[in-house]
Amino acid sequence: MINSHDILETINMIDNENLDVRTITMGISLLDCIDDNIDIACKKVYDKICRYAEKLVRTGEDISKEYGIPIIHKRISVTPIAMLAAACPTMSPVKFAKALDMAADTVGVNFVGGYSALVHKGFAQGDYALIESIPEALSITEKVCSSVNIGSTKAGINMDAVAKMGKIIRQAAELTADRDCIGAAKLVVFCNAPEDNPFMAGAFHGVGEPDCVINVGVSGPGVVRAALAKAGDCNITEVADIVKKTAFKITRMGQLVAKEASRRLSVPFGIVDLSLAPTPAIGDSVAYILEEMGLEQCGAHGTTACLALLNDAVKKGGVMASSHVGGLSGAFIPVTEDAGMIEAARSKALSLTKLEAMTAVCSVGLDMIAIPGDTSAEIISGIIADEAAIGMVNSKTTAVRLIPAIGKNAGEELNFGGLLGNGPIMDINPKSPAKFISRGGRIPAPMQSLKN
Amino acid sequence: MNAVITVLGKDNVGILAKVSNECANVDVNILEVTQSVLQGMFAMIMFVDITNCTVPFAHLVDTLTEKGEQMGVKVHVMHEDIFNAMHKI
Repeated sequence: MINSHDILETINMIDNENLDVRTITMGISLLDCIDDNIDIACKKVYDKICRYAEKLVRTGEDISKEYGIPIIHKRISVTPIAMLAAACPTMSPVKFAKALDMAADTVGVNFVGGYSALVHKGFAQGDYALIESIPEALSITEKVCSSVNIGSTKAGINMDAVAKMGKIIRQAAELTADRDCIGAAKLVVFCNAPEDNPFMAGAFHGVGEPDCVINVGVSGPGVVRAALAKAGDCNITEVADIVKKTAFKITRMGQLVAKEASRRLSVPFGIVDLSLAPTPAIGDSVAYILEEMGLEQCGAHGTTACLALLNDAVKKGGVMASSHVGGLSGAFIPVTEDAGMIEAARSKALSLTKLEAMTAVCSVGLDMIAIPGDTSAEIISGIIADEAAIGMVNSKTTAVRLIPAIGKNAGEELNFGGLLGNGPIMDINPKSPAKFISRGGRIPAPMQSLKN
Repeated sequence: MNAVITVLGKDNVGILAKVSNECANVDVNILEVTQSVLQGMFAMIMFVDITNCTVPFAHLVDTLTEKGEQMGVKVHVMHEDIFNAMHKI
């Protein structure tokens, strides 16, 4: 029999500590929609998504009600659209973005990811056209998310793509300058992009994936923080232990939801992504966990160590709770989506350089960071190259999601509303890496042995 | 198939009666009840068998949540699997 303490603990986590399943993401392969007539291809894409995901939102809501767990998002990830665009080289891939947006509206999901290209070793047919079309695609659609993989540990870093993405991020922000530059908030540049990530904006359905799959992203920074607060003055070994135990419980809930969704939709279960994903809601912050560990404010010296401990303990607790783990799995540090990060950035306790160091030990990268509107494309490319280098050398995923705040300067604010949050524009180093970026070519793949 | 009904909030007359009555109306069998009142705060946990429930489970959730709101208490109706998953290895 279940004991009352456990029941009340679960209910308290849901009611007061923002425990939720962040997303059920259905991955759908579009490889069978490829056609040299773009209109036919778009129709196939729309029809397939609507057919496969018809019951996704409803099923998510049913599970949420029966188990009493909030399931915040129902989303879709698709095969990188560059692969479909390759078959119709004379046409603009933007039509695919419109088809994805329409399909997302029809089935009722709030984001669809996969307007993507994988160019870590070079541009194939379709890749360049897709990348060029990203700013327009993100400005005329609402629910489409885009990502580009520009590096990997095995291939090195494609510096031509890095240079290009600096310009594309600027254009995406410029085209949506009237909407707080939201275009750039839906675009992620990756190194070592995972093929089964359920979280936006970087989700896409990798080519090694089955035809259709259910991936689930869990969350729960508020629960971890509350557990640490309850523990009081314990030592760091105990802190790690508490995080592990809490992550185990959170992940078991995610695993249950994933299995149930997979059963009801008759779609194979893919992975549970063990991530602590914050939201701008008070109490749902990763920064607050770090502060609970004993930092005056996130960004203080010691932050990287606390984050390393947190990230590792979340994985250790979560791995045992789920039969298949994947995606990004770790702690997210998106600045505008995390109440504690926003405060730390406002008070200048948290700087871009500190964030870069933090990304070496956690799961994502420089995420949701507003930078001054006059930042040049070359500087953005420089930031991407630095971040990709951290991912490449450490065999981990890193990503960059920067929002150049067109017409605004450091210290002012951007406000996207909703889950994307709001936050101050952060200072950057204005010295130019232009010559380095203009060289092009590829950074060779790093040594994987002789690690000393 | 079992579910767990929890009622949390300020104690007042007839909470248990009203919740049990709703259960009886839809053939939900009560297996076990534990309740405590601490400094005026009421906490009740009820294990119920919903195998023969005459309405869809979601409907039962809505009815009891609404009933809770009328009484000024918070009612959760959750499938027992969630607790087993989170608290048992």
